[in-house]
Amino acid sequence: MKKLINKPEDVVKEELEGIALAHPDLVKVHISPHYIVRADAPVKGKVALVSGGGSGHEPLHGGYVGMGMLDAACPGEVFTSPTPDQIYEATKAVSGGAGVLHIVKNYSGDVMNFEMAAEMAQSEGIEVATVITNDDVAVEDSLYTQGRRGVGVTVFVEKIAGAAAEAGLPLAKVAEIAKRVNENGRSMGMALTSCTVPVAGKPTFDIGDDEMEIGIGIHGEPGRTRMKIKPADEIVDMMAEAILEDLPFKSGDRVIAMVNGMGGTPLIELYIVYRRLAQICEAKGIKIERNLIGNYITSLEMAGTSITLLRVDDELLKFWDAPVKTAALRWGV
Amino acid sequence: MVTKADVLNWLKHYANVIDEQKEYLTQLDAAIGDADHGINMQRGFEAVMAQLPTVEDKDIGTILKKVGMVLVSTVGGAGGPLYGTLFMRMGMAVGNKEALSPEDVVKMFQAALEGVKQRGKAEPGDKTMVDALTPAVEALRKAVEAGEDLHTAMEKATAAAEEGVKATIPLVARRGRASYLGERSAGHQDPGATSSYLLFKSATEVWNHADA
Repeated sequence: MKKLINKPEDVVKEELEGIALAHPDLVKVHISPHYIVRADAPVKGKVALVSGGGSGHEPLHGGYVGMGMLDAACPGEVFTSPTPDQIYEATKAVSGGAGVLHIVKNYSGDVMNFEMAAEMAQSEGIEVATVITNDDVAVEDSLYTQGRRGVGVTVFVEKIAGAAAEAGLPLAKVAEIAKRVNENGRSMGMALTSCTVPVAGKPTFDIGDDEMEIGIGIHGEPGRTRMKIKPADEIVDMMAEAILEDLPFKSGDRVIAMVNGMGGTPLIELYIVYRRLAQICEAKGIKIERNLIGNYITSLEMAGTSITLLRVDDELLKFWDAPVKTAALRWGV
Repeated sequence: MVTKADVLNWLKHYANVIDEQKEYLTQLDAAIGDADHGINMQRGFEAVMAQLPTVEDKDIGTILKKVGMVLVSTVGGAGGPLYGTLFMRMGMAVGNKEALSPEDVVKMFQAALEGVKQRGKAEPGDKTMVDALTPAVEALRKAVEAGEDLHTAMEKATAAAEEGVKATIPLVARRGRASYLGERSAGHQDPGATSSYLLFKSATEVWNHADA
């Protein structure tokens, strides 16, 4: 293992200390238990948004705390869900009297830990609503399993619901918008290399120099299929096809497109991916209204990419364009 | 009667058992999950042992709820909320008692099972903790209702839990991380069911005095 760290067990704590030193104008960092809140929390009369999950996906979620997006983020250990006491403390810290929305990616641990925290907060009179993201088309949905994983659409949910909350909408409406974003978003990822969890010290999976994994999760979980690497255009064709036919996206649809880096892929390659994605959308009559290209929901140092398409209407687009001021997303301010 | 001292001894014994079995539980998890069940449970019960002295003079309900809260904040993953809920619901079921009748013990474990089913949204046959807890609670209830002494009833519950654990081996997981493996999860024993069986086994080993 070759990493720019001090001790594997200190990775999350030291990252948080770095965030506190870097962004005192945006956030306050709480160390025991771990959570990040926006600097002016609690915002009185505003619905508060709380998200969280395992660390290792930066800038998700801590990088999205600030005006127009999250009120709090709860980082767990690397790839391990945060605990209810963390989420509960963060929920209390940001509750401004208008209710709290929990945004949870669909992993059994995350779902249960947030559920317990919500019960604890509700027992103290804080109204909590929850939206679960599950946009990954790579994992087949089934009545009998945990269902699809929550990945890229989580960034869209946090931005758009964050703007809705900032605009003063009530909890039920903010939750409805968050669910609408999740329902209209689809993602698919792929990996060229594995990643190494610091405390594990060795790569999560083995993959040959000439191989790639299609349908990878954001924790190195296996995807749909392992195959020989192909030219970027063919890879994007496969991913886009899986995404487009799932919703399905149709001619005339308007979308926000995200080409996300998994952590170890340079921007030059992400633009090559976007180039092909834009060609495909144009050929299908799908209009890309906005795009986001870069590292937004990563898997440590994994090389690879994920594509997320979100079907939007005027209202969702308006909230997407609304001002945001966080460490990782900032416009309109 | 199960006294407060019995409950404390059970918790201490279970913590030791988990410490001894952590490699085994982790190996079971490595086959179908993310290879951390034993490590996580060991970390959680180590924290429980550190916190136990702060509540030892309180009633049984307070002690069990405290155990649940500590597990919830230290175990992480899915095991934290599930075992945390299990102990918190047991604490709520027994309330401020200082000793438990056999009927109280039945109610306590029934509440634990209901809590785990609710939290994990799991039913028997899903290849989870529920597959050990369900037959154990049922065997315990039947034995107590038949008027058997608690130690005998707990022995029957433990045997039923062990059968339940073995019965998870051929199952295809339908809840939890193992469910992502689909058919590939068959042929492996469920780690959560195993640690739940150990919970009954350790209680039975400790609650062995004549009036228990």
